[in-house]
Amino acid sequence: MSALKQELVPLMGRPLCAGFPSPADDYVEEALDPARLIVTNPASTFMWRVVGRSMIGMGINDGDYAVVDRSLTPKADDVVVAIIDGLPSAKRVIRLRGGRLALDFANPEMGPLILDEASEAMIWGVVTWSLTPHRPAPR
Amino acid sequence: MSDRVFALSDGNSFYCSCERVFDPRLEGRPVIVLSNNDGCAVARTPEAKALGIEMGAPWFKIRKLCEANGVVARSSNYVLYGDMSRRMNEIYRAHAQDVEVYSIDESFLDFTGIVEPAAHARAMRHTVRQWTGIPTCVGLGPTRVLAKAANHLAKKRPVLDGVCDLTSAGARDALLPQLAIEDVWGVGRASAGKLRAIGVNTAADLRGLDARVARQLLTVTGERLVREMNGVLCQELEIEPPGRKGIAVTRSFGAPITRLDEMLEATALYATRAGEKLRRHGMLAHQMQVFFHTSRFADGPGRSVSGVATMLEATSDTLELVRAASAATRRLWQPGYRYAKAGIIMEDLVTPAQAPRSLLTLMDPRREALMTAMDAVNSRFGRGALSPAQSGVRRAWAVRADMRSPAYTTRLSETPIATA
Repeated sequence: MSALKQELVPLMGRPLCAGFPSPADDYVEEALDPARLIVTNPASTFMWRVVGRSMIGMGINDGDYAVVDRSLTPKADDVVVAIIDGLPSAKRVIRLRGGRLALDFANPEMGPLILDEASEAMIWGVVTWSLTPHRPAPR
Repeated sequence: MSDRVFALSDGNSFYCSCERVFDPRLEGRPVIVLSNNDGCAVARTPEAKALGIEMGAPWFKIRKLCEANGVVARSSNYVLYGDMSRRMNEIYRAHAQDVEVYSIDESFLDFTGIVEPAAHARAMRHTVRQWTGIPTCVGLGPTRVLAKAANHLAKKRPVLDGVCDLTSAGARDALLPQLAIEDVWGVGRASAGKLRAIGVNTAADLRGLDARVARQLLTVTGERLVREMNGVLCQELEIEPPGRKGIAVTRSFGAPITRLDEMLEATALYATRAGEKLRRHGMLAHQMQVFFHTSRFADGPGRSVSGVATMLEATSDTLELVRAASAATRRLWQPGYRYAKAGIIMEDLVTPAQAPRSLLTLMDPRREALMTAMDAVNSRFGRGALSPAQSGVRRAWAVRADMRSPAYTTRLSETPIATA
């Protein structure tokens, strides 16, 4: 175990050079920050958790995190967090004949989504990324 | 006359609106948010105001009324409100050259030079609503006092649709007579009485008040108030120079403290929080003020003490801060009182570059790594997951917050859930 530890190479941080300075020093770039890829508008971006299987057709699994940007205008084929009768849910935006936007599930075993006439639906934000842990941290 | 344009933007029933963003079932329902310890109502939606719930109404007095009328009461969730406030100010900064964060839900913005300030304010308001979900009102004027007056009018008059523009003399002549003197920024109830006695009933009347009379009735502040109401700029925005501000951690206890060991726990916890804040801002402190006092409203003997504790060198190390806070607490402690509140205030903060170096480095360099590790653990597993044992485990005195919503926006384990 201790032998293994010694062989680990630090990914970040500057190793000390007692002799010559590293020729790479002039080519240092900032460390890659995944957050900047995923969150392009921090003021309007929120993290949600998706629970359920109705969005697996869009690649979103039960328990995934969803990155939701409220600044975007929803369009057809977006995944959104929608508020239907006060309850938040993940839905797919579809374009109906006539061009009107509507919401649906994204699971071949389900749907179509039929809303009561009295139902109220509004879009809370557009899902820009979903994060699937492939090696979940031990709890 | 000032040719400047200031805007005052604030969130409508801000705390309640934050709750509604993440719990849309609250839309259209009366909602109130209670102060620390669920003491009294500190934010109310219009629906709750319509039921006669006053600002500051004690929870135990309005509880029945709330239950009977379906009022949703929430404990205050300052983690959430602080994050939403930060987002709003980020949007303000993209719309104004300078921003003064006046309070958690109010900011003054410098709109000078913007061609159509009212249209700009409407666009900004729309963006804040879309991006954060928070409804706001914006007041515009050539001084801060007039911007504040305009904001008040925007709040009270739905026809203005959230934006009131007092940059023109015509608008001021038309609207200031509609603003009662009690609703003018900085006029307290006592001053309002004196002003009404001499026939100053509205903000418009205040403009005609003689400067000497204003000073007599309302001191120097009053004189400045009259000048700013007349459009003469007396005070610029106060932009906090980063690195000069102080840090305060003060809290009322859920249950009064009567024992030294409990007070030591409380001040150690506040010192721990203060250390987190210092490190987040990259600042160091070389002294702190520790205070605690009894409740003004409770029976029994009253006592209020404060003292200064000095650190060996400027530091943000939690263990050093806890040591200093504990020493001060022991020095100030006197038994026989029921203490209701304590706090730690640190001013004159410095950056590491400004800190005088001592000849000997007093601090073990591994301590910095320990602090970094502690902050990382607490940010991942929630505040207080790792803290010095001195700050207590039982915390019988800790703040009561039975109805607090999750830290939706800042903790991965508490994100809102969408069903699929």
